[in-house]
Order: sequence, then C-alpha cells, then structure tokens
Amino acid sequence: MLAIISIVLFLVPNETFVKYMGEGSGIKGWITAAVFGSVALIPGFIAYPLSGILIDNGVSYSVISVFITTLMMTGFLTLPVEVKFFGWKVSFIRNMVSLVAALFIGFIMGFFL
Amino acid sequence: MKKIQKYIFPIVFLILIGLSWLFDFAAGKQIGINFWMFFKEMILFLPLMFVLIGLFDVWVPREKIEKHIGSASGWKGTGLVILLASLQAGPLYSAFPFAYILWKKGCSIRNVFIYLGAFSTIKIPMITFEIGFLGLKFSLLRTLITLPVFILIGYLMEWYLKDKDFDVKQP
Repeated sequence: MLAIISIVLFLVPNETFVKYMGEGSGIKGWITAAVFGSVALIPGFIAYPLSGILIDNGVSYSVISVFITTLMMTGFLTLPVEVKFFGWKVSFIRNMVSLVAALFIGFIMGFFL
Repeated sequence: MKKIQKYIFPIVFLILIGLSWLFDFAAGKQIGINFWMFFKEMILFLPLMFVLIGLFDVWVPREKIEKHIGSASGWKGTGLVILLASLQAGPLYSAFPFAYILWKKGCSIRNVFIYLGAFSTIKIPMITFEIGFLGLKFSLLRTLITLPVFILIGYLMEWYLKDKDFDVKQP
C-alpha cells in the first residue's frame, strides 16, 4: 500500500495540485483538496513541505487547511485497519464527520487568513 | 510457493527501486525516496507506539483511567486526553491500538474519539515542522480552530453511540 502511494505521488506532479487547487479554482479547489486529502495518506514530512509549495503557488490558506485536516483526520486507505477496531459503521461515520469538520475548519480559516 | 505469491508485489517493487538506483533512473529514484519517507514514518513511530501501549497497559491501572478520563470525567478528562494525544506523533493508524487500550481500561466513548481527533491534528513533536513550512500564524490558527471541532465530534459520537453497545475490538 505504501508502495502504491509512493508511485501515485510521483505521477501527480505539484503543478497538477496547483492547477486544481490554486487561485480562482473556487469550489473545485475545495473539493479536490477534500477528496485528495481524504484518500491519501501522506506523512507530515511530505505534507507540510508540499503545502508550503502550494501556498507559494497561490493556493489559499483555506484550501490548504482542508487539505491538511483531511489528510490527518480522515483516511479512506486506512479504513480497513480502522474497521478492525471500530467496525464498519462507526469508522464510516467518524470519517464522514471528520470530512465535514475539515471543510468547516477551512471555511473558518478563510475569515482569518 | 503460495507464500512467495503473497509478497510478489513488494518484492518486485523493491527490486525495481534497486535497479533504478543502479541505473540512475530518475523516476524510479523519486518513487524510492517517496517510499522511504512513508516507510521511515511507519518504522519510526509504530514500534514506539507499541512500546508506549505496553507500558501504559502495565503501569496505568484501570481505576485511574476510569476516574480521570472515564464517562464520569468532565473537562479535566478531556484536557488530559488531548494532552496525552498531542504529545504523541505518528500516522493515524498507529493511534487505533492506543485507542483500543484506552477503551479497554474504561475511557469514555467521547474521550476515545477526542483522543483520535487530537492525535491526528495536534502533534507537538510536529508543530515546529508545520511552523517552518506554513508559518506561525497558520499553525496556531489551525490548531485553535481544530481543537473545539474535534471536541464537538467527541460529543457527537458519544451522543450517537450511547445506546448502541459500541465496542472497540481487538483485531
């Protein structure tokens, strides 16, 4: 699983992120950040530098907050592990609630930055 | 033979990475670096978490957990769980076994989910890293805004799971 993510991360260059989440991407940027953040499982060592690059390239702080929060709180790739502890229903609810929470956090961040 | 088949993908993957380094193939090398980052995170934090879980299991008695972060605990319990979670670092999946041990020892539903939320979003060992790349203002704001949100999630989950014989299983 870790191997697959390493390959995907290479195949999707930073410019693609900027294109979909950058300035003027509007609601599309939010959706991309939320979906990608939820699916992917990227450690902080990579996620923070990547976010730094995205900010420098005009991605808004709100979108980055959504991206980082979903990266950390929701994990659809780790769902199989989570299910072993919490069962399908609870895991699913936790991930969904976290996803909504991440969007909310991004929204609030927008007022400050 | 069956055993080898199960591991065929990782073996092929590692061989390809090795060959990429040998022949200086840029794409393969980059993928290798990415993989190493993930692998490093796992290998660094997972054993540490398991040691922590073991010590926690032996050293912290059930009564203490029940009293301080059990269902009767209030804000102090919430604060304690958040402190505990934010001192730890690592990927989300390494938090599940710890959540299990907390639950087994009588931690409340609310605090189990607050623990997961705090573990994933507030990591004191990682905060300097975040500040370095995204700035102090962003990091502080994100932490402060996220804090009440996952506490609310804890309450929500508790409210929803209260009468549903919720259980954290040992896998």
